[in-house]
Amino acid sequence: MALQVDLQAMSPIPLNVAFEVQAGQILALVGPSGSGKTTVLRAVAGLFTPKTAKISVNGAVWTDTAAGVHLPVPARRIGMVAQSYALFPHMTAAQNVMAALGHLTAPARLAEALRILALVDLHDLANRHPAMLSGGQQQRVAVARALARGPQVLLLDEPFSAVDRPTREGLYEGIRSLRTVLNMPVVLVTHDMDEAQMLADTVVVLQAGQVVRAGLVADVLVDPLALRSIGLAEVGATLTAVVVAQEDDGITRLMCSAGPLFVPRIEAAIGTTLRLRVQAQDVMLARSRPEGISALNIVPVTVVAVRGGDGPGVLVELRAGNDRLLARITRRSGENLGLAPGVGCFAIVKSLSSTRVVIAAQNLPV
Amino acid sequence: MDWAALWLSLQLAAWTVAILLPVSVFAGRFLAYRQFRGKGIAEALVALPLVLPPTVFGFYLLVAFGAGSPIGAAWAGVFGQPLVFSFEGLVLASVIFNLPFAIQPAQRGFESIPLALREAAACCGMRPMTALARVELPLAWPGVVTAMVLCFAHTLGEFGIVLMVGGSIPGQTKTIAISIYDRVQGFDTAGAGAMAAVLLVISLTTISVTFWLSARFGRRFT
Repeated sequence: MALQVDLQAMSPIPLNVAFEVQAGQILALVGPSGSGKTTVLRAVAGLFTPKTAKISVNGAVWTDTAAGVHLPVPARRIGMVAQSYALFPHMTAAQNVMAALGHLTAPARLAEALRILALVDLHDLANRHPAMLSGGQQQRVAVARALARGPQVLLLDEPFSAVDRPTREGLYEGIRSLRTVLNMPVVLVTHDMDEAQMLADTVVVLQAGQVVRAGLVADVLVDPLALRSIGLAEVGATLTAVVVAQEDDGITRLMCSAGPLFVPRIEAAIGTTLRLRVQAQDVMLARSRPEGISALNIVPVTVVAVRGGDGPGVLVELRAGNDRLLARITRRSGENLGLAPGVGCFAIVKSLSSTRVVIAAQNLPV
Repeated sequence: MDWAALWLSLQLAAWTVAILLPVSVFAGRFLAYRQFRGKGIAEALVALPLVLPPTVFGFYLLVAFGAGSPIGAAWAGVFGQPLVFSFEGLVLASVIFNLPFAIQPAQRGFESIPLALREAAACCGMRPMTALARVELPLAWPGVVTAMVLCFAHTLGEFGIVLMVGGSIPGQTKTIAISIYDRVQGFDTAGAGAMAAVLLVISLTTISVTFWLSARFGRRFT
């Protein structure tokens, strides 16, 4: 199962985008507003047809302008979560989900709707109308409705933009855990690099309808120049870690592949796998293990690459066990430390408070 | 009290509403969703009966329905009787002069449905007619009901066009509004007053229903 997309247009915006997403993979379309992210998503859904377009899913052609093929929107088995969620206001949560179950017989729909709502942990609120649900709950109804069709492609249009940070991080967990259950290509539109990094496997960076960078998340997001040039926020890296102990002084001890980490209490069971986001600006580097320092988290790392542009800063890509870390330091510091590929040093994660810790999944696929 | 005239008016109003209901839904929906060249002209044509004096409008309909016109001749050819001064002619005239009342409120109703909801319906696999039944009408129905209520009330009260196209044939084309005029002409103030009161009550009721529905429309789902 794979989604293949190839689009070109001159209006309403110039567009030249091609990508492929495998089943079970999440592709993030990132870029500033007006870069054409949503347009691409709408093209896959069939809501918009660019001048030249070829879209196929599992070999079946949905759109091919050259051959005059355009599968009508209702005939495309897609799950779409719109930015506004677009829940039907006159229907309850369960009825919203049932609205996408037209392929089932009427008696079977309610049971199936309740089963899907349970999947997103909302079965208790099945009889509420959208106006009586919080933003995060509405988002989950929208996800449930999108999944109800048994979609061949899941399309998420900035699905987290209308909810606040804490809610969002809970929803990330939901999406990631669903991803392990559902075997379909997922396209996620976002302007939030954190989101792309937390959720996606591959990323396509768009600017003014053109692909600026594309590739694995880990490869693309270490290139700050490409991202900053198009106005995207600071990059970071993620560490995968397992909760090993809840200590008496309110600290949670984690273990990542490069060693132990200590963070303020995370309410998670021992054995839970976490993704920790470490922003590049929160990492200091030292050539020898520093002594007499307040920072708790000091990780042995190896320099993979030092990337610099015209400015005074450089981005150092580091290998920490099996994970990757990024450190933003000044060019002068880099030269003083003699940083070069292969050099070993220690990464000091200097500020826990600004290191966002996100519970991304209960059980990451190993 | 001229019960025959009231009954005729009610029949005329019922026929008008029955014919205009699908017109209201489909034309209102079309104008609400579609952008096309000449849309402004189409909307102006729909609104024309609002501004044209009823006698002028009635005059043109009389000419158009007359035996000398293609429409009148075709009608007479098929049904063997003239279109003017008949109940059928009255229904046709009523349908035409009620078009703005039938279409505009329904159009506003459909316009109030966000595009994202209609797209969501399609993405849920609903074909256009399913989406109309399950998403659009449940959201736009106050507009459609308002349209029908206005058509009904307006048909009961229309005078000028009915007189021009229908004349005043008792049991055929003599509606309650014309009957009231006749009673006044014949110095039967009491009869005219009774019938006028009936029309007043009907009009007040329908317009109250309309206002209640539009208030409800604004409050729903919030």
